[in-house]
Amino acid sequence: MSLTALDIDRIANLARLELQPEEGQRMLDQINGFFTIVEAMRAVDTTGVEPLPHPIATIQAVALRLRDDIASEPNQREANQRSAPAVERGLFLVPKVIE
Amino acid sequence: MTALHDMTVAALANELRTKKISATEAAQHFLARSQADTSGAFLSFNPEATLAQAKEADDQLAAGTAGALAGVPMAHKDIFVTTDFPTTAGSKMLEGYRSPFDATVVRKLGVQTGGAGMVNVGKLNCDEFAMGSSNENSAYNAVSNPWDTSRVPGGSSGGSSAAVAARLVPAATGTDTGGSIRQPASFCGITGIKPTYGRASRYGMIAYASSLDQAGPMARTAEDCALMLSAMCGPDLDRDSTSLDVPAENFARDLNASLDGLRIGIPKEFFGEGLAVGVRTAVDAALKEYEKLGAKLVPISLPRTELSIPVYYIIAPAEASSNLSRFDGVKFGHRTKDYTDLVSMYKRSRAEGFGEEVKRRIMTGAYVLSHGYYDAYYLQAQKIRRMISDDFQQAFKVCDVIAGPVAPTVAWKLGEKADDPVANYLADIFTLPASLAGLPGMSVPAGFGEEGMPVGLQLIGNYFKEAQLLNAAHRLQQATDFHLRQPGGAQ
Amino acid sequence: MTTKQKSLLVQGYEVVIGFETHAQLSTQSKIFSRAPTAFGAEPNTQACAVDLALPGSLPVMNKGAVERAIELGLAVGAHIAEQSIFARKNYFYPDLPKGYQISQFEIPVVQGGEVSFFVGDEKKTVRLVRAHLEEDAGKSLHEDFIGQSGIDLNRAGTPLLEIVTEPDIRSSDEAVAYAKELHKIVTWIGICDGNMQEGSFRCDANVSVRKPGADLGTRREIKNLNSFKFMQQAIDFEVRWQIEQIEDGHAIQQATVLFDPDTGETRAMRTKEDAADYRYFPDPDLPPLVVGRDWVARVQSEMTELPRVMAARFVADYGLPEYDATTLTQSKAMAAYFEAAAKACGQAKLVSNWVMGEVSRRLNAGEAGIEHAPVGASQLAAMIGRIADNTISNSAAKQVFDALWTEGGDVDAIIEAKGLKQMNDSGALEVIIEEVLAANPKNVEEFRAGNSKALNGLVGPIMKASKGKANPAQVNELLLKKLQG
Repeated sequence: MSLTALDIDRIANLARLELQPEEGQRMLDQINGFFTIVEAMRAVDTTGVEPLPHPIATIQAVALRLRDDIASEPNQREANQRSAPAVERGLFLVPKVIE
Repeated sequence: MTALHDMTVAALANELRTKKISATEAAQHFLARSQADTSGAFLSFNPEATLAQAKEADDQLAAGTAGALAGVPMAHKDIFVTTDFPTTAGSKMLEGYRSPFDATVVRKLGVQTGGAGMVNVGKLNCDEFAMGSSNENSAYNAVSNPWDTSRVPGGSSGGSSAAVAARLVPAATGTDTGGSIRQPASFCGITGIKPTYGRASRYGMIAYASSLDQAGPMARTAEDCALMLSAMCGPDLDRDSTSLDVPAENFARDLNASLDGLRIGIPKEFFGEGLAVGVRTAVDAALKEYEKLGAKLVPISLPRTELSIPVYYIIAPAEASSNLSRFDGVKFGHRTKDYTDLVSMYKRSRAEGFGEEVKRRIMTGAYVLSHGYYDAYYLQAQKIRRMISDDFQQAFKVCDVIAGPVAPTVAWKLGEKADDPVANYLADIFTLPASLAGLPGMSVPAGFGEEGMPVGLQLIGNYFKEAQLLNAAHRLQQATDFHLRQPGGAQ
Repeated sequence: MTTKQKSLLVQGYEVVIGFETHAQLSTQSKIFSRAPTAFGAEPNTQACAVDLALPGSLPVMNKGAVERAIELGLAVGAHIAEQSIFARKNYFYPDLPKGYQISQFEIPVVQGGEVSFFVGDEKKTVRLVRAHLEEDAGKSLHEDFIGQSGIDLNRAGTPLLEIVTEPDIRSSDEAVAYAKELHKIVTWIGICDGNMQEGSFRCDANVSVRKPGADLGTRREIKNLNSFKFMQQAIDFEVRWQIEQIEDGHAIQQATVLFDPDTGETRAMRTKEDAADYRYFPDPDLPPLVVGRDWVARVQSEMTELPRVMAARFVADYGLPEYDATTLTQSKAMAAYFEAAAKACGQAKLVSNWVMGEVSRRLNAGEAGIEHAPVGASQLAAMIGRIADNTISNSAAKQVFDALWTEGGDVDAIIEAKGLKQMNDSGALEVIIEEVLAANPKNVEEFRAGNSKALNGLVGPIMKASKGKANPAQVNELLLKKLQG
């Protein structure tokens, strides 16, 4: 399973990463190099094996913990927005979102 | 009089408790050493905050309300968010970021009510977003190994291991996703432990691979690790849904227990051709020590050891690609100055904020999750992961603890593997299996290998058996002195 | 095709619609954080670290959201999964702080189910595929900023239940009826406040057309329909637009469209470039959700009686027609009102007529809910009791009701004050009848000759002579007796 430059473009777009041309080429070569090791994995027969939802599920059932429906978080807008790149009147500013 | 920096956490805690030294004195001592250091281990200091914490510890010690490790200086890997120090995760993406909350592990170890009372000297360097095995992926600077400054300290907790080895702090926190506590501990000749997945809260630990990340202590001795681990672990039911509801333990309770009859499993796959001779010799010698202590070596097999590399490097990047999507320049973190619209803002902020290895893993991760590839890669990897975990359960039927090398070689030279990411991945072969299974694992100093560089022995236990691992490590440290040696020859 | 199906065709095309409804659940706190969910707060004052996706934050599940999902599942007769999985839906948008939405993908908590309702007097059933839990996104505000948008994450993390139907709907009428019925269900069982203006209940309609018997056409999705009126308009426009496109030889492209209420038209949003690849995978921060059968049983036992069940009970216990029962169970308040009145006076059908008739008419005019009706259930029951025991006639009752509604008061006092008591004394009535018969011999002769219409000419004067207080039924009875006797 070899990736092409088109794949790199598509994935970079999905991941919202802008890659320079030589960066994209380097990444293509390195990822393809990586996928040669991955091929061995694809051949393993995993019929009837379920994925592990949590490592401990190997030995015991793990279920999602549920908390009571209580609104206890106080308003900490100022502290939470301390590291925001652009804020005005409490709103995070971004380039206009076009629908 | 022993220098403060030659004391263990246990010894310092005692000095502080018996008022032989004050927390403020201790903090000043280690702060001065740390700030003078040139290895690049630290990313940030805030002396005012450190001394404020020390004062708080002194007040608690005077009032008798202090925690078990009150006043003992330490440092946090810059993956743990702290309110009084910036947190960068070793990345430009979070340069200057100030978290409005502290990580649970930080609160449990610190001077806040209910904490162990340790004092934070500064934030430690690491591979960017914990992705790497040499600390060379830090966006700020590489870190040099105190034993040989032309070599890497290991990674991703390279800053932590270097700082402890150079005695800048007696102990540090690290995180281990694929070996990032065990491997740097091995490379720097110190002790480190990754607990069972779910023992230590991940709340406030910047996520790399959610199903693999775990926090753990790094110090010079097993006893120190046991003391810190006891403070770090415990259920965090309110904030971390993967945190296990198992009670906090005193992991130091069995340190001195006899090893008579302990069955140590030796996986044949860990002793193949790729293992450096010097590493092999040191590990074999350590195993001989265990036999002298009454343990029995049992040959075992972990047949899917090699498969753990592709399995890990599919699962971890997949989870990371999603975890790192929040870094978009909207609410926090780096925003590019050069954008024309929303999409270019996203793409350039992320391109500028992330280093190459991080981008590579995001790309790989997005690819293996994408439409048409999910079943063949991600799902397949998760299934093999269960098989690897089951292999360990099979092995633990005939042994109590598994032992072997931590890494195939000693620390390599800075720059040697920087252009070959796959070579880096292959070197993780011995630490990845326990990560995938979520089992507790340790590195204990076992001697020296090529070029006089430290070699660690890896110990892997069954779920919840940290006390047993620490016991085995401690007994080895009573029989050897590798953990007491320091770079430069003095002890 | 059946006649019914044929009758729904538009220009010879069959309309195929599937609905996805996002109902905001009425919990106090968010689905994965403890921030409050109240509407209308200052921007970002109800967005905590988890909602903002601050580094190191993690989700923790709200039990109240799960319980509400179970309630909905029971209300629609669905299967509640013993284990369901939360998955990440990955995409970038400023109102999505983590860059992924926590939702459910392959294994949702509620599976199957159905919703039945009336369109006119025909019963229709729409099958549900599933309902799953997920988190809401924040909001983008555009008005006050030039070239920029302001992001408010207060809404981010509000629990949603996404309810998905099979493409069983065949017209805009059916669509609106379905949406109204679902709206009734979620508000009736109390899991959602149903406030469409505030965005508590949002519908997306997947619309396509095809010639009868052909494969399914390409569908376009009309998003964010938050009023029943707009829903109808939007679907009607979209259907006509699609048919026009096809007739002109253009293929329909899959697209997401928005309805513009000002123009009455649907308009495609930016076309989906290579139909978004969401890279779903199970969220490693959240172990599987387990819903034990005993929890389901407990919720079932504590659940309020569902509208369908109650309607069936009205039919069985009160002998009401299905139509009446369905109309009366349009809201909990109305059903309660009906039942209280019916129990008090024992005249279920009469009560039903009055509630569906006079009461509803006046409520609709004033746009008020039945909780605000000036005439309470017991008052209505008292008045109906007076009809049933012949104290007043139906027409007199209208006057009594009017007085009760506009001025209030006591039923008997009003009857007395307005002199509306029916004459029930058969003796006095017989006297009047004798007098009228004597005064109208021609009508008597015609009736006896076989012309039954001649009766009307006698009833009128009798009613007049009794000043309208004669009981009409009694008049007819006695009159016939005298004429035939």
